Amino acid sequence: MSRIKDFTLPDLGEGLTEGEILTWLVSVGDTIELNQPIVEVETAKAAVEIPAKWGGVVAKIHVEAGTTVEVGAPIVSIDTDPTAGPIPSAESLAAVEIAPEEGAVEPGLIGGPAPGGRTAVLVGYGPKTVTAKRRPRIGTPDTSTTAATPTPPAAARATQPAAVAPAPVAPAPAAPPAPVPAAVLSLKVLAKPPVRKLAKDLGVDLSRLVGSGPLGSVTRADVHAAVAAVDVVVDASAAGASDGFREQRIPIKGVRKLTAANMVASAFTAPHVTEFLTVDITKTMKALERLKARPEFREIRLSPMLFVAKAVLLAIKRHPMVNSSWSGETNEIVIKEYVNLGIAAATERGLIVPNIKDAGLLSMRELAEALNLLVQVARSGKTPPADMANGTFSITNVGVFGIDTGTPILPPGESAILAFGAVRPTPWVHKGKIKIRQVTTLGLSFDHRIIDGELGSKFLRDIGRFLEDPEGALLSWT
Amino acid sequence: MANGESEVGADAPAGGFVQLLTPEGERVDSVTTAEGVTYSVSFTDEEYRELYRDLVTVRRLDAEATALQRQGELGIWASLLGQEAAQVGSGRAMRKQDMAFPTYREHGVLYTRGIDPIMPFGLFRGVDQGGWDPNEYKFNTYTIVIGSQTLHATGYAMGVTMDGRTGGPDGEAVIAYFGDGATSQGEVNEAFVWAGVFNSPMVFFCQNNQYAISEPLERQTRIPLYRRAAGFGFPGVRIDGNDVLASYAVTRSALDNARNGNGPTLIEAYTYRMGAHTSSDDPTRYRIASEVESWKAKDPISRFKAFLTKQQLADDDFFGQVDEDARTLALNLREQVLAMPDPQPISIFDNVYPNGSPLVDAQRKQFADYQAAFEGSAH
Repeated sequence: MSRIKDFTLPDLGEGLTEGEILTWLVSVGDTIELNQPIVEVETAKAAVEIPAKWGGVVAKIHVEAGTTVEVGAPIVSIDTDPTAGPIPSAESLAAVEIAPEEGAVEPGLIGGPAPGGRTAVLVGYGPKTVTAKRRPRIGTPDTSTTAATPTPPAAARATQPAAVAPAPVAPAPAAPPAPVPAAVLSLKVLAKPPVRKLAKDLGVDLSRLVGSGPLGSVTRADVHAAVAAVDVVVDASAAGASDGFREQRIPIKGVRKLTAANMVASAFTAPHVTEFLTVDITKTMKALERLKARPEFREIRLSPMLFVAKAVLLAIKRHPMVNSSWSGETNEIVIKEYVNLGIAAATERGLIVPNIKDAGLLSMRELAEALNLLVQVARSGKTPPADMANGTFSITNVGVFGIDTGTPILPPGESAILAFGAVRPTPWVHKGKIKIRQVTTLGLSFDHRIIDGELGSKFLRDIGRFLEDPEGALLSWT
Repeated sequence: MANGESEVGADAPAGGFVQLLTPEGERVDSVTTAEGVTYSVSFTDEEYRELYRDLVTVRRLDAEATALQRQGELGIWASLLGQEAAQVGSGRAMRKQDMAFPTYREHGVLYTRGIDPIMPFGLFRGVDQGGWDPNEYKFNTYTIVIGSQTLHATGYAMGVTMDGRTGGPDGEAVIAYFGDGATSQGEVNEAFVWAGVFNSPMVFFCQNNQYAISEPLERQTRIPLYRRAAGFGFPGVRIDGNDVLASYAVTRSALDNARNGNGPTLIEAYTYRMGAHTSSDDPTRYRIASEVESWKAKDPISRFKAFLTKQQLADDDFFGQVDEDARTLALNLREQVLAMPDPQPISIFDNVYPNGSPLVDAQRKQFADYQAAFEGSAH
């Protein structure tokens, strides 16, 4: 038996074909014991630590973290007798023992294919068979099934920022390019069979409907409503064709064109999630009044936006991952150590999002001046392109339009945006009693490729906490 | 319910449970339930130490099996981590003549029956069908299909009655193991009906580890599981499943009731699966870390160790020796697993009939001839 042993990636969960190396817990040259955790691997089923199969010294690590490897491929070599001196040439790394590859398993057997595209397993439910890797059959191209192939969960999660580390050295051999997380795609439409039949008969695509029934299921009425809506559209366009003088045609160009392109690019590349938080900001409004009275802020226009901006900047310090961007080309998440704070501004020419460079370095007074200047320049239509480039986080103040909140779309290259709604006097439970308090609703959209629900929630919660008690937050956070 | 001490059962779920050893390692002399049944144990110092040895050993063997699965040496493993007390206590409560019907997780019960721990590994390594002679070991084969073994156990228990092997202190009692998820299966409810109606000599031992794979307990039941028994006409008792003494005391009492002809009992051992459902499962997807942490504080082994230390029943030398012995056993188990031979295709004809069959014999010969035709070729 060879003293250098290769450890090959085992099938960690009944019928898996591959796994992604998440983290190496040891390095070449490390002395390890039997059953010492050496590597963390994520499969379609679970992220698990693999304990060393032999004690010895790590001789070679075959695959870098971030790489997806097939089951049966060697991932690490261990010198099981390091005290025996240098390795003889005949026992070089090239001649190590490699476990024989497991044979294919027949349908119906454990590990073999089972109905529903799953793999038969002993307990519970097997993973979906990875069909994306099947070679096309010669002579019978079947693009329809290829297109409908579900993204394998392993590949989808490979895009998560589990390891915000250098790009993988070797490209993953089988990972499909930039898959959309499976959760986004796998929303099933609920509808009773008779409703499905009705929709089919009337040519209505159920997946395009928003159900009004129990659990969001599509009802008969929903299907009829959809048919009626289509009819209205058809009527209108029929009328419009012969009625051109009652339409106004505006060429799509400039800011509108840019905005449209940005919004489409953002909405269809970054999977958006939006969360809302309603907060009592009475203390912020009072602090604002006190600030206005101070000599330092005399003759400066102050608004609650200043506090929202400050809250965002401090919350970013506490959760730097929010201030980042997704770089698909280099397979990296870029976390910015500077904050170029974008402020969405409505101008005559349309929406623009100029940003305050290095806003995190500004004092409260400087921030207030920068905000005022930004809005003033934007309104005058003279915002230079440089002011609109390289934003890292944005705020949109929909409250000025008297709107409660919204689900903002991310500016391209940014991974989160905050909507600040209208501040309204509202009956609110304050210290156990119902009082009239100044209340607003915050809406945070974020790129779910980078920011998980937990992080997004904590970030939004921190902004809320600041606005609930700005002075307290300042004292405890800075 | 117990001795008027306010701390006792402070960690109990609503409705309480039988607890003889608190998470802090404090002994409770006895517990009397609302039905007026009193539970207690009286062990010698040596017996206490052996219970500790059991707990540590089954946990260590389980850890080795988990590692073997991660190293590709087992196809799958169902870990008992966190459930050692429920299994060791109930397993030790059995008398020699009693019969156990396990699921696929009762490695601790198997160990306390005096069975070589290697026995079920052929199943998990995929080199045999997981079969053994249940009568020889008084321990049925591991059962994968959820809840089905409760019906097998009930049928067996009805047979015990028909054979007249029950109704006295030397009678045989039957214990069926299952989990919280299985209580939603038809089989388990049917078993309750039959065992109740026929007053069978049975103990239904439910290890409520809070999750049926990913499904939490609140999706299985609106009432505590032990109260289900009332509807079937026999008593139900809930115990602190992380307390090996409560597990022993209540199971011993229930088994003795059964063997004396007083019918079945349902025991709900309230415990927690600290690991994954099986090695194919990722529990972080459906339960939160703080919940796992809260159960760590109720660990069955650390409370027993605290008890032994406080009572000066054992010292560090003893604990060190137990760990070392368990490690030796675990490494021995590893060697045995790695040395298991691959099955021969011809073995598919074994164990079809107890006394053989001319038809199967003919098929075996035909297959042997067929295989011989490949002799010398690397097919």
